[in-house]
Amino acid sequence: MTLTAPASAPPGQARRAPARRPVRPLRVLLHAFLLLVALGWLLPLVLAVYASLRPYEETARLGYVSLPEQLTLDYYTQAWTQAELPRYYLNTLIIVVPAVVVTLLLASFTAFAIARLRIPGRRTLLIVFTAGNLLPPQVLITPLYTLYTLVPLPAWLSDSQSLYDSYLGLILIHVAFQFGFCVFVMANFMRTIPEEISEAALVDGAGVWKRYWRLTLPLCRPVLAALSTLQFTWMYNDFLWALVLMSSGDKLPVTSALNNLRGQFFTDYNLLAAGSMLVALPTLIVFQLLHKQFVAGLTLGSTKG
Amino acid sequence: MAAKTRRYSARDVTVLVIGLGVAIAVNVSVIWGPTLASVGLSGTDWNGIGPIEWVGGQNYHDLSAEYPPFWSAVRNNVLWLGFLGLVATPFGLFCAVLLDRRLRLSRFYQSALYMPVVLSLAVVGFIAQLVYSSDYGVLNAVTGLGVDWLGDSSINIWVVMVAAGWRHVGYVMIIYLAGLKAVDPALKEAAAIDGADERQAFFRVVFPTLRPVNVIVLVITVIEALRAFDIVYAINKGRNGLELLSVLVTENIVGEASRIGFGSAIAVILLVISMGFIVVYLSQMFREER
Repeated sequence: MTLTAPASAPPGQARRAPARRPVRPLRVLLHAFLLLVALGWLLPLVLAVYASLRPYEETARLGYVSLPEQLTLDYYTQAWTQAELPRYYLNTLIIVVPAVVVTLLLASFTAFAIARLRIPGRRTLLIVFTAGNLLPPQVLITPLYTLYTLVPLPAWLSDSQSLYDSYLGLILIHVAFQFGFCVFVMANFMRTIPEEISEAALVDGAGVWKRYWRLTLPLCRPVLAALSTLQFTWMYNDFLWALVLMSSGDKLPVTSALNNLRGQFFTDYNLLAAGSMLVALPTLIVFQLLHKQFVAGLTLGSTKG
Repeated sequence: MAAKTRRYSARDVTVLVIGLGVAIAVNVSVIWGPTLASVGLSGTDWNGIGPIEWVGGQNYHDLSAEYPPFWSAVRNNVLWLGFLGLVATPFGLFCAVLLDRRLRLSRFYQSALYMPVVLSLAVVGFIAQLVYSSDYGVLNAVTGLGVDWLGDSSINIWVVMVAAGWRHVGYVMIIYLAGLKAVDPALKEAAAIDGADERQAFFRVVFPTLRPVNVIVLVITVIEALRAFDIVYAINKGRNGLELLSVLVTENIVGEASRIGFGSAIAVILLVISMGFIVVYLSQMFREER
């Protein structure tokens, strides 16, 4: 998203902004509008942070729109310890990290085969994989749920001795569901890699695996970075799969465990706000740190090439 | 080309069969298999345990005739789609157009707008409660109204859609921004030389070149509207005015009732609607390769 100075700008002028003309009312209006929208967009988040820093008793008495008498991090400690958030973070980690890695491995190989080799029916394959990613999850959820309860797993892998209510089951559905999107994006990307590189290797006698692992994959680093950022965010944010395919509360990933902060009869919304912020934190950090990859990932699937 | 047609060694074939085999097996067994099974089960009265009995179109009949939440869900899904498509998406496009020029603070505006995109919809649901809650929500506190925004079944769908739109706008904006950056600037210049004002240049020249992006945004909008689930589920489990098709499917299988056949029928309706748009999307995507 780099912007280059207009060619007509006189040298020595500020490069970033079009300072070449005096202040124009339209520009001011534009900025006023955008600023208003931006602040409006941030407001709910700011509000949640603010709420999480004030005791419930105080907001109950004064309402959220009031000056604070005291600000405290108590709710964060409470969410952290009482709601056992660390354990749920760990659950998420156990599910999301292998899921992202396996998805990218499986998808990159498939994309390689589709984009770089002459496989019969490769176009059909790509269409079927891509379409699978676009289905609403609820369309397959009923039989999936049944299937999960029927597939046996050894006890060391799953307490329930079936795919249902196991980490493996959640990893599997994440891999399967996100696979199509990754294949689509990576196949498009691999098509842009010059054919000559692979051909030279072929002359040297490199097999399929070598051409995939040693030649193509290293060239895919930018797209892998973008996809892993995006996939991490998506899988981390998942709510539905865990809800349907898990039953033990203590195995839930952190996003789904947020519900635990809700009391049966009374919900302390300030505590919930603190919990929400803690749950949102990792994705917000990823977003800030890997801003470029994140945006690249979002637009990868949507614009061709 | 010659390289491609060369025969593969036995080892190459093994690698390919294993690699693609795993990919296809996973995709078929977890995605497409269950999808087809949904279609089959929708014609049965299975409850998940007993014998499976074929009842034909009975579930579909019951759905439309004897299951009031179904029609509220259909209405809500249509509203959701309409709101995202007619309000949130155009607003995202509008913001993208405004931001697609050399502006100070552009990065800040963009970040603010798509910050919600990284949030889980479950979190969005909780934040919505802070804003809309009847007794201590900010909205009532600021406006002085005593409206039960989330509890009143005649209005709650609207406020929840606003919360969903909050997230959708940023998503759409980013996609259009990328699309706009790819538009050849010469086009705009040519339009300007021909005397078109900015508005005309956009609608007559720039917008038509965005066609592929438009199709994608349309599909994303439709899919998001059909997939909508987390946010209402986080608020009140999708009841009392917040029924959605996705929620009804989930309720029918996870709930105590376990009406698998019935839940599948709702899922099939979702499937039929989404397949229409998936086909449009894919034919757009794969058009150039033909």
